Amino acid sequence: MTPNHWRLPLLSRRFIPVWQRNFLVWRKLALPSVLGNLADPVIYLFGLGFGIGMLVPEVGGVSYISFLAAGMVCYSTMNSATFEVLYSSFSRMHVQRTWDAILNAPVSLDDVVFAELMWAASKALLSGAAILLVISLFGLVDSRYVLWVLPLIFLVGLTFGALGLIVTALAPSYDFFMYYFTLFITPMMLVSGVFFPADQLPPFIRAATTLLPLSHAIELARPLLLGRMPEQTIVHLLVLAGYCSVAFWLALALTRRRLLK
Amino acid sequence: MTAPRDSATLSTPSTPPARPSPLLIHGLVKRYDDTEVVRGIDLELRAGECFTLLGPNGAGKTTTLRCALGLTAPSAGSIRLCGEPVPERAREARMRVGIVPQMDNLDPDFTCAENLLVYGRYFGLADAEIKARIPELLAFAGLENKRDARIQSLSGGMKRRLTLARALVNRPELLVLDEPTTGLDPQARHLIWDRLKQLIRGGTTVLLTTHFMDEAERLSDHLAILDNGRVLAGGSPREVIAGHIEPQVVEVFGEWSGHETAAGGGAAAWANAHAAALSDRFEISGETAFCYLHDAAPMLAHLATQPGLRYLHRPANLEDVFLKLTGRDLRD
Repeated sequence: MTPNHWRLPLLSRRFIPVWQRNFLVWRKLALPSVLGNLADPVIYLFGLGFGIGMLVPEVGGVSYISFLAAGMVCYSTMNSATFEVLYSSFSRMHVQRTWDAILNAPVSLDDVVFAELMWAASKALLSGAAILLVISLFGLVDSRYVLWVLPLIFLVGLTFGALGLIVTALAPSYDFFMYYFTLFITPMMLVSGVFFPADQLPPFIRAATTLLPLSHAIELARPLLLGRMPEQTIVHLLVLAGYCSVAFWLALALTRRRLLK
Repeated sequence: MTAPRDSATLSTPSTPPARPSPLLIHGLVKRYDDTEVVRGIDLELRAGECFTLLGPNGAGKTTTLRCALGLTAPSAGSIRLCGEPVPERAREARMRVGIVPQMDNLDPDFTCAENLLVYGRYFGLADAEIKARIPELLAFAGLENKRDARIQSLSGGMKRRLTLARALVNRPELLVLDEPTTGLDPQARHLIWDRLKQLIRGGTTVLLTTHFMDEAERLSDHLAILDNGRVLAGGSPREVIAGHIEPQVVEVFGEWSGHETAAGGGAAAWANAHAAALSDRFEISGETAFCYLHDAAPMLAHLATQPGLRYLHRPANLEDVFLKLTGRDLRD
């Protein structure tokens, strides 16, 4: 009877009380948490937006700061989901042993990991929505399709949450997460079109960026925020959903291998 | 009703029908790579009893529990927990089980009451139902005044009691405790024992692991001594003692006056000279000779004539059986 860690996820509604648990903790610290998550992208947005905006009058027909706004929405969403599943989930899994307690109740590991994913996406939605509100108040977006950005943010949160859960499943300690940021998150942020259009990159880098999930998120978010429907919407959505599903399956298998022994 | 009555069944004394066993384990084996941690364990708990798994560190107690609860898949063997096959239907089985883990894993972000509420939700219980039960659970744990206290402000004993209360949130049929009193002071241990006895009186079946012999002797109806992944002895505490060891023990220690030699003249030297003739069996551990015997009178008479030696005469206990079966070597 060798357990097959690679079997497909078997989910139940029991993930809901686990999500609720995380929500209840967050609610106690909601205001500082939202402000904390907002500060970083807002500083980038206005710092770079006005600073570089003075040098670069227009990018693709819009002001630099409007161009950057879409990048910041995706960047903020990605960061929020990533931090949650790396540091916070790792604390709950490894340091506080919260997962052990939950697994002693009639909740399966599949449900716990799925709840962590849904919670990370929920927090990412809050972060993304907060920055969306800020850029809307500053008149940096065209309001025509802006509400479509909300479900997109949730999907981006799911995608980066699932990717981060792989790292968490493998992490021996908090220090390990530094590799993920320096080797994956930061380079991706630089070549995926957050700060400048990715199509001005050398062709071989450009080809590589089409494989990165963040660039697909931006290809969708930027036109929506500038009042246009994105091109090749289905392709971008499929890439994000594909990353999310495969990463979740992989993360779950690795977590089962780690904990169910 | 005209159906013929079966007089044989009617005339039997009116004992209530035996409740099915809350935990049945048959031929359990657990391997990690090439190491067999559990090597063929059979266990059967009776409903309403307290059953103890005793064993040194690394004996396979916790692994056996993890398999029984469906937290890890066994390499071989069959398990039924509360009537459900495990691991296949472990989640359903755990609906009716309460678990007190070895390491405290209360939620540090919550108060005592919130810990109970959040945990009850994992069982699918409605908030109103859990909230109605919280005062009763806190009272059981002696934490009525700590309802809104943060976990960090609780003592070790309080945390343990809250963990016990948390395990009762679903009114379990079977309560499983992994070393429930390790690291607690005597007052806190006695309180936990008292609460466990209260639960057993109320009909809850209790399964615990420990390496405290007095805990096992005091609480359990049946016990199994485990070592190296096997059950070495099983039965009621009295049966295990009677079946595995001589009834009397004389521990001899101190100086053996007049017999000092270069090799030392303590109890060990005395034991090597006289213990074999006066006892059924003896062991020397450090500076103490443990003599096991059926009739202690000749040895006591002899010891009275040996100045310098001191001794302790006592009935054999579970610890003697445990040390006999698992050896005196340290387990790290």
